[in-house]
Amino acid sequence: MTTTTVTANGLKKTIQSLRIPPVYFFMLAIFVLGVILDQIFARGQMLTPSILVNIIIRSVALGIVAIGQTVVMIGASIDLSVAYTISLTAVLSSFLMQGDPARVPMTVALVFLIGAVVGLVNGLIITKLKVNPFIATLGTGLVIKGALNATFSNFAGEVPASFQTLGYGTIGPVPISVIILVGVAVAGWFILSRTKFGAHLYGVGGNQEVARLSGLRTDRVIIVAHIICSLTAVLTGLFVVSRLRSGAPWIGPDGVYDLESIAATVVGGTALSGGRGGVAGTIAGVLIFGVLDTIFNQLGMDTFLKSVLRGAVIILAVASYTIRSKREAA
Amino acid sequence: MAQATTTSPTREETVLTRLWGWIRRIPPIFPVLIVIFLAVGYLNPNFLTTPGALAFLRRAAPLAILAIGQLFVIASGGLDLSVGSLVTFVVIGSALLIDNDPNKAMPAILIMLGIGVLVGLINGIAVAYFKIPSLIATLGMLLMLKGAGLYWTGGAPRGYLTDNFRFFGRGFIENFPLVERFPVPVLILLAVGIAAYVIFHMTNLGRSILAVGDNPTASRLSGIHVRKVRIIAFILSSVFAIIAGIMVGGFGGVTIIAGDGLELQAISAAVLGGAVLLGGRGSVPNVIAGALTLEALFNLLNLLGLPKPLRDAVQGLIIIGAVAYTALAARRRK
Repeated sequence: MTTTTVTANGLKKTIQSLRIPPVYFFMLAIFVLGVILDQIFARGQMLTPSILVNIIIRSVALGIVAIGQTVVMIGASIDLSVAYTISLTAVLSSFLMQGDPARVPMTVALVFLIGAVVGLVNGLIITKLKVNPFIATLGTGLVIKGALNATFSNFAGEVPASFQTLGYGTIGPVPISVIILVGVAVAGWFILSRTKFGAHLYGVGGNQEVARLSGLRTDRVIIVAHIICSLTAVLTGLFVVSRLRSGAPWIGPDGVYDLESIAATVVGGTALSGGRGGVAGTIAGVLIFGVLDTIFNQLGMDTFLKSVLRGAVIILAVASYTIRSKREAA
Repeated sequence: MAQATTTSPTREETVLTRLWGWIRRIPPIFPVLIVIFLAVGYLNPNFLTTPGALAFLRRAAPLAILAIGQLFVIASGGLDLSVGSLVTFVVIGSALLIDNDPNKAMPAILIMLGIGVLVGLINGIAVAYFKIPSLIATLGMLLMLKGAGLYWTGGAPRGYLTDNFRFFGRGFIENFPLVERFPVPVLILLAVGIAAYVIFHMTNLGRSILAVGDNPTASRLSGIHVRKVRIIAFILSSVFAIIAGIMVGGFGGVTIIAGDGLELQAISAAVLGGAVLLGGRGSVPNVIAGALTLEALFNLLNLLGLPKPLRDAVQGLIIIGAVAYTALAARRRK
């Protein structure tokens, strides 16, 4: 009797010492529920490796950009322009590469440069012109959308077959896309918790006035955060176009990467008000979406019903920990 | 004589400074609206005639009503992303409920208004009691309404809206004084605008909404029921979205994209009208002016022959510019 309580306590302590974000338990619960539902109502394939890998591959595109979104949101900012940055990257990549492997390095460099400029402009509008980040990035998103739709109306060009290894290739048994997601996640974790910039970002997000008074260059921190976020959107764009082979102006907004990356980040425990959160939670938030999609597909659920349940899960997941908070929500 | 020469310039000065102070207090959205409106009128003289202006107001009415609803939520410190999908829901839902039977138009409208109250209540409870950030709560609601509407209709618009329903969106009142035909949507906008003005600027509720948006903790300590105020703001926004949806359905007919993007347009209009996104500020006439400006801008870009995509780009630039101007002006005043 006593031994069981001791081991239970020990287990509890170990789990606490790992500091796993609570959202992982939520994800696990959804997954277990999915497996049970799948066993009863469908073919019971949830635990096969191909489906498990598929969950992760589906999560890569959203996951990369959600990590960038996490960075800006920790800084109490937000980026609604990512969906159009993804479209811009995808279209420009396939248009400029024209199936020629020799053009890949130049094109990739160019789209990352454009991404950095988008992030810089977002950051400058927010910090120097003092425009609310929601409105600023909504505006820049509209500008990119307009420019893109005025120039391209359909799929343009194609990426070379070699470039598609990014989306479909494997190293040993591990898909390259998964390696990229893990790489971005580790880089994001490192930047946020092991660098001076990361520490400053939490400070600026927690209380910009205090951060400024204690000598931080708050504007610069926010600008760098936005550049990082736009660069992750570019990487997502490259990944998406490598899977689709050709980019079209609507693939970003069709994937709802703007609102879904925000939702995944908040579901993962990063506060919209800034100063709290991290990459680990966001990955769980993204995986929850991936697991849900897979469950819905396994059960052959109606597309529209999927949307209803998705909305409900977002609300419930966020409610599960905001309800205990003493802070007022806005 | 000498006395007169010394006093008259100073008096003139005070009149001038007073006039200047008065001019400076005009919200910048009104000069912007006038300039854009005149530019449209220059390109299309028909625009400046009474019927032309009324036709413009009729087109702008749903957006203006959505923007007023958004103002209540923004002033209380939140955002409501669910209004666009609520408009779509009203349009396709009403068509299904009415299904070409004019007798069902009124019950359908009442049912929709009831749904509006319910949606606002859920949004409000999610934010006030579950403390979910409004951006996320109303995003979840957006997804649910979109899915529910399409699930209900099977993915394609079905049913028909009868003429007595569409009257609210495209009807006219004949033999109206001064003008022969007065569009019904403009009348609805006037009614909603006046009601909103009274609620927002002349009642305790309006002051409470502003106080909650400015500082929820101070409001609670001074005895305001913060949660109730928040919930009411969301209910007002949803009910106004239902009214706008009825007008959109009447004007444009039944499509499953009727409300697409309207939530962001409404937020843009409210922000153009000077409602601060973090709450605590705003005014109904300014927000209506913001909505009219946005609609006039769409007209202008159309008349200039810009392809539709470029209109998005210009809209984006104008929104950023207007908000940047307001922010910089506010800083200068401090």
